[in-house]
Amino acid sequence: MKYLSQFCIILAFTLVGEALQRLLPLPIPASVWGLALLFIALCLGIVKPEQVKDASAFLISIMPVMFVSPAVGIVENWDLISSRLLPIFLLLAASTCLTFGISGRVTQWLMQKGGRHD
Amino acid sequence: MTELLSIGILPVALTLMAFLAGQKLQQKLKSPLLNPILVAVVLVLGFLFLTGMSVSSYKAGMNTISWLLTPATVCLAVPMYEQFRILKKNLPMILAGVAAGAVSCLIMVAVFGILVGFEPVLTVSLLPKSITTAIGVALSEMTGGMTGVTTAAIVFTGIFASIMGPAFCRLFRLTDKVAQGVAFGTAGHVIGTSKANELGALTGAVSSLSLVVAGLLTAVLLPLMVNLI
Repeated sequence: MKYLSQFCIILAFTLVGEALQRLLPLPIPASVWGLALLFIALCLGIVKPEQVKDASAFLISIMPVMFVSPAVGIVENWDLISSRLLPIFLLLAASTCLTFGISGRVTQWLMQKGGRHD
Repeated sequence: MTELLSIGILPVALTLMAFLAGQKLQQKLKSPLLNPILVAVVLVLGFLFLTGMSVSSYKAGMNTISWLLTPATVCLAVPMYEQFRILKKNLPMILAGVAAGAVSCLIMVAVFGILVGFEPVLTVSLLPKSITTAIGVALSEMTGGMTGVTTAAIVFTGIFASIMGPAFCRLFRLTDKVAQGVAFGTAGHVIGTSKANELGALTGAVSSLSLVVAGLLTAVLLPLMVNLI
């Protein structure tokens, strides 16, 4: 029963997220609305971590399996990308390297400047 | 044969077995290249090719699993809440680093796509490349991208960040554990985070928080970016 009630709370936030995506004129996915609302509810103490913890740990752990099906769909777009594999590779490699460097450097610079550290 | 291929749970059973096989393989050989999603995709495609089952009927059979993705993504709020409490002291530095990385990533992909002359649909599909697949696929779908390309780009990016991460840390002289965690999570989402966890518990926790924050921030900014492409 523990999992059932936890899953129910998660589904409730998902439903509100789906409703917000449909009702508000903002291009934000239902999952992001639900995530933000559940986070706020946890911060405000409306939902206690114990009320959702186990079911959410389970759902998060099986999440990678859910990506197999969209990834298989790449064969449907193969015609468009097959001739551009090299530039796509360069784009992904270069932007990943720079994103890594920029995000890390900014944090490190602020940590040294602020002198706050764990 | 066609009768057997129409068994309702076949795609789900096939996917689970392929994924578990990939996970076993990775545990045994410990190579980040053997990402379980990657291995599962290759095995599933091999199965479809050998049996003649169509991609569309495979995907239709996977619908039962796919609808779980939205509630599973909502669940990311729970670890995010826990990390927020643990990392309270370093929060401003973490959030600033993630924001700088996520914004520059979007700009780089958009500018590169325009310079190289990619079709807009291709650039849009590549924009969510550094964020977690859960939010990336939803964004790609919403902005008219090709979810297959998006997923492949996200998985590739994660594997690349996890293999090259230690070298990037030396290249950019990232010695601070918190800064390293921000870099792994912002550039390499969940797959990068698994590498960050190997480097230490603090690095891993910062990385897990960074990947969710980067995903949320990108979800807000990406649709604005799409209008410019």
